[in-house]
Amino acid sequence: MNYSLTILILLIPFATFLFNGLVGMKFKPIVSGLIGTIGLGVITLLAYLTAWQYFFVDGMVGGSFPKVIAMSMEWLRLTDALRIQIGILLDPISVMMLVVITTVSFMVHIYSLGYMKGEKGFERFFSFLSLFSFSMLGLVIATNIFQMYIFWELVGVSSFLLIGFYYSKDSAVAASKKAFIVTRFADLGFLIGILLLSYFTQTFDFKVLTGTDQSIFAQTAGVSFLGMSVMTWAALLIFMGGAGKSAMFPLHIWLPDAMEGPTPVSALIHAATMVVAGVFLVARMFPVFYFQAPDALTVISYVGGFTSLFAAAIACTQYDIKRVLAFSTLSQIGYMMLALGVSGYGGHEGVGYMASMFHLFNHAMFKALLFLGAGSIIHAVHSNVMQDMGGLRKYLPITHITFLIACLTIAGVPFLSAFFSKDEILVAAYEHNKLLFAVEFLVAGLTAFYMFRLYFNIFWGKETHYHHTPHESPKTMTIPLMILALGSVFAGYIPFSKLVTSDSMPFESHMDFGIAIPSVLIGLTGILIAWILYKKESKIPERISKSLGGFYQAVYHKFYIDEVYMFITKKIIFNCIARPVAWFDRHIVDGTMNGIGWITVTSSRNIKGMQSGNLPQYGMVFVLSAIILVLIFSFLI
Amino acid sequence: MLQGIPITHVLIVSSFMFFTGVCGFIIRRNMITILMSIELILNAVNINLVVFNKYLFPDQLQGHFFALFVVGIAAAEASVAIALIINIYRRLNSISVDKVNEMKY
Amino acid sequence: MNILNLLIIIPVLTVIGIVFTKDFKGARVAAAVGMTLQLITAVILVISFFAQRKAGITGEFLFLSDFTWFKTLNIHYSVGVDGIAVWMLLLASIVVFAGIFASWQVEYLAREFFISLILLATGVFGFFISLDLFTMFLFYELAVIPMYLLIGIWGSGPKEYSAMKLTLMLMGGSALLVVGLLGLYFYSSAAGPVTFNLLELSKISFPLAMQRFFFPFLFVGFGILGALFPLHTWSPDGHSSAPTAVSMLHAGVLMKLGGYGCMRVAMFLLPEAAQEMSWIFLILATISIVYGAFGAIWQKDLKYINAYSSVSHCGLVLFALLMMNRTSMNGAVIQMISHGLMTALFFALIGMIYGRTHTRNIDQMGGLMNVIPFLSVAYVIAGLASLGLPGLSGFVAEMTIFIGSFQHPDTFHRVATIIATTSIVVTAVYILRVVGKLLLGQIREKEYLEFPDAKWYERISVVVLILPIAIIGFYPSYLSSTLLDALNPIIERLTAML
Repeated sequence: MNYSLTILILLIPFATFLFNGLVGMKFKPIVSGLIGTIGLGVITLLAYLTAWQYFFVDGMVGGSFPKVIAMSMEWLRLTDALRIQIGILLDPISVMMLVVITTVSFMVHIYSLGYMKGEKGFERFFSFLSLFSFSMLGLVIATNIFQMYIFWELVGVSSFLLIGFYYSKDSAVAASKKAFIVTRFADLGFLIGILLLSYFTQTFDFKVLTGTDQSIFAQTAGVSFLGMSVMTWAALLIFMGGAGKSAMFPLHIWLPDAMEGPTPVSALIHAATMVVAGVFLVARMFPVFYFQAPDALTVISYVGGFTSLFAAAIACTQYDIKRVLAFSTLSQIGYMMLALGVSGYGGHEGVGYMASMFHLFNHAMFKALLFLGAGSIIHAVHSNVMQDMGGLRKYLPITHITFLIACLTIAGVPFLSAFFSKDEILVAAYEHNKLLFAVEFLVAGLTAFYMFRLYFNIFWGKETHYHHTPHESPKTMTIPLMILALGSVFAGYIPFSKLVTSDSMPFESHMDFGIAIPSVLIGLTGILIAWILYKKESKIPERISKSLGGFYQAVYHKFYIDEVYMFITKKIIFNCIARPVAWFDRHIVDGTMNGIGWITVTSSRNIKGMQSGNLPQYGMVFVLSAIILVLIFSFLI
Repeated sequence: MLQGIPITHVLIVSSFMFFTGVCGFIIRRNMITILMSIELILNAVNINLVVFNKYLFPDQLQGHFFALFVVGIAAAEASVAIALIINIYRRLNSISVDKVNEMKY
Repeated sequence: MNILNLLIIIPVLTVIGIVFTKDFKGARVAAAVGMTLQLITAVILVISFFAQRKAGITGEFLFLSDFTWFKTLNIHYSVGVDGIAVWMLLLASIVVFAGIFASWQVEYLAREFFISLILLATGVFGFFISLDLFTMFLFYELAVIPMYLLIGIWGSGPKEYSAMKLTLMLMGGSALLVVGLLGLYFYSSAAGPVTFNLLELSKISFPLAMQRFFFPFLFVGFGILGALFPLHTWSPDGHSSAPTAVSMLHAGVLMKLGGYGCMRVAMFLLPEAAQEMSWIFLILATISIVYGAFGAIWQKDLKYINAYSSVSHCGLVLFALLMMNRTSMNGAVIQMISHGLMTALFFALIGMIYGRTHTRNIDQMGGLMNVIPFLSVAYVIAGLASLGLPGLSGFVAEMTIFIGSFQHPDTFHRVATIIATTSIVVTAVYILRVVGKLLLGQIREKEYLEFPDAKWYERISVVVLILPIAIIGFYPSYLSSTLLDALNPIIERLTAML
């Protein structure tokens, strides 16, 4: 058991970040691109080796996969008990995440070599990508919750930098700002959650927190606030951080806007890796949630379920292809959250947990593929909007095939990867909560519908006349598409129930055909409806949307959530808090200070008349005062 | 020489002189007169110093010395004052204190 | 000779040197040479201090030396440093060094400018090395008075008004301090001759009634300098009118004198009263934190934004001090250092940007990232440090404070901590608002395209400030552990009664 090389997984991206960021502009752009890509290639290899060694060479100890601390060093000592360690924790989910992140990131790096070619700030782009990879990898291998928080913030800032990559565009700047502030607000919850948790347990360490010894929570017994136990509060606040990063309702508003960033970034950060950090966080803390705060898990399952339905509905109405994909991401993450929420602990009870991780893995593959495909399409037609596209299958054969594979995967067509994971999620939901199962079942149909609406609109539908004939993207862009397509087809055959489970012990899972068959059928129905409506150019979709009237408008405007937020921030926070505070400061607080000065000046102005310069008057005053004083003293004594 | 004259008589004289000086100082407008009033005040004080010394501590001389100091200082003061008055006269063509009221505020 | 005396002698010699220079070029070179020597001395001081500590010398203060200055009143020139003061001295010398380079282009009465600036610095250095409260106070006044001239003569905007306001409010603080210091002085007669010496005073336990009476004087007196709500309003006006180097030095170091004084004098010498009355000031500090942050959102002038942000961050210093446990006080000192560097960087950059655009109104600027990338990137780094990004110093300080404060067993304190944490979101809002308006977006004016990026002296100034921010951010444990050691005597005295 030797994982000493895993430290390189953190160091290499950081080194390439520094190199590209500090001296990258001194060289030709391609140098930075190659350095970033090769660096990432090396750590991808390392991640695979680590996974191989962890799962298959070292394997299980005493029937379960152990939590291995590959490296740990003290970064900062806060109190004697609370120390922030920076280290590497290897357990099934972190190893799985290593594989996911490095794979997708490597693909995106290669893809960006082509996609970003000739852009101003090429080396800046690659340095930010390296920074992101560094922080995301640091996040998943965190040994303690505080290390996670550190990298959590770094991930947030790299997302901010990458969304705002085209910083001359006002919409990109606004989107990056929005993303950072919304997630920062959520992180506030995360931080308070950490504070609560660490106060009561006196540890940050995941190994201790999620271990079998529950006595560390003894302090929390009977402590409650507003009718909820303190652990529920802590768990909910930590989940709030996760919900912010994973864009769960109602903190989802930043994700659609985040599509202002370059498309490879959307693929890497806002589809495959960073947005699942919230799911990862809940999974990482799962024993704490399950044993200490079951109420919080229920909340998580409902939030996940609601988000998946809500986002799927919106996705059906959007025209910007990246936004459709963004809402689809929201919906799929909702699935994962829900699966965690309904999961139990240990053995087959924990099928939800396993399904969630399984879906996370598959989702990373096919959603990255979808986004990269979308990038390839945008690269070809220079537009994001569906109406500008149509009949592209002739011009972009490779993109077309890979995109189709991804659409079939997400729709849950049998024997593609998402079919397996979605089935497990539905099983878990069915066993725990029939309402949520119904919601998810509906969402499965909606998903198939909106994905094929997208597909048919882009590649079939009306014949659009393009200014210049669209052409297939260069090799650097199509090769990652093909690799990811392979991933999304075959990822489903990884035996997750043997590898990644809630208690790290393998269990037997099997297809539940009673659920699989209906869910496949509803997926096919969705595809069929999309076929009918969008395969050929037709007026039916417009008529349907007209007949839905106000409801359609509400969905199209994303249920006006953005407007509500704008109202709260612009009107309430700015006008009702910041402005009065500024006014209060200038007029009341500062006014008091100026008032003191004014009183001094005015009173001296008023009494200066006594200083008339008239000598006899001075003499008079002097003599009279002397007499008065003499009289006073003679009476006193 | 002072034998037989009660102290009150002398003090009455000096008080009279003192208040004459004070009144002159306040009422008169001519600076020379004001200067003379000040001399009156100082001399009233001198009388007091000498008299109290004589009646209270006949075997000591501090009072007398002190009076001599006052005389000296009064002389110095008068010379400075008259120099000032001459300068004021050159500048303002007047030695009335009403005209000299610029040193205010 | 004692190295600490060098820290006073070098600035004084520099001042004398500047007197003999001919023009602004000579003056700035002389100032730069002097302050470089000063920086080197400070670094040597830090190294030799910790070498001595490592060698096992455990006295609370090292490099002690004492010289009777005014025997009748038992006033001494008595110097010595502990593990906190050495870091503050290093901070001060870094900021002064950067400040000299940031004001490289001052031509109007340059000699007088640099003389005042270095006199100001002398006051700061003297404050941190003094162990005698009287000389400490003397140096403090020495720092305040050149400030008036610097703002009044070389400032911008309503400079006379701001200079007057700043000086009068700080003098008001001094008046309170004098009362407090005299209280300490006269009550020290209980244990031998009256004394101003910090070390001797710290051995006395003062009667509670006396502590209750004098603690507010001392705490508020230093608190004004530390921008304690509602006595912070000198900060926005003063900072916005002051020339670049003065804003840097003032916000970066002088405001820290407040926090340092609160800890070293008010709380250390009068611990029982500190325990008893902390809740009042804790409320005020919490208000400062949130209120300063919200105040910053609405401002349009870059310097005002930064001044309110300083109110918020310095509020955090006082807040953490008042929590009175090891971790939070450690965080408070790290925050002093971190905020000192960060805000000095901010003011330096604002000065450099103002030198190009001739406006500080963020509504009139935009797209600077396209034309002056170096300064813009530095501004973003400063902003990220300010909003607490891991890897930069602000995060270390804030997290130490929050975790430390939350360990307080009392619910009131923990609720206050949660209120204080909300400032991290508000900070993000105003920082990103500025970055978005100022640096990103379209270029506003044609003439912006002609702007030169940072000159060599500007680069020196910026890099010298960014480096320690990043070093603390990456490797905080050395700083943190040395501070923890140095805080022990203070903590012991504060908790002795519990």
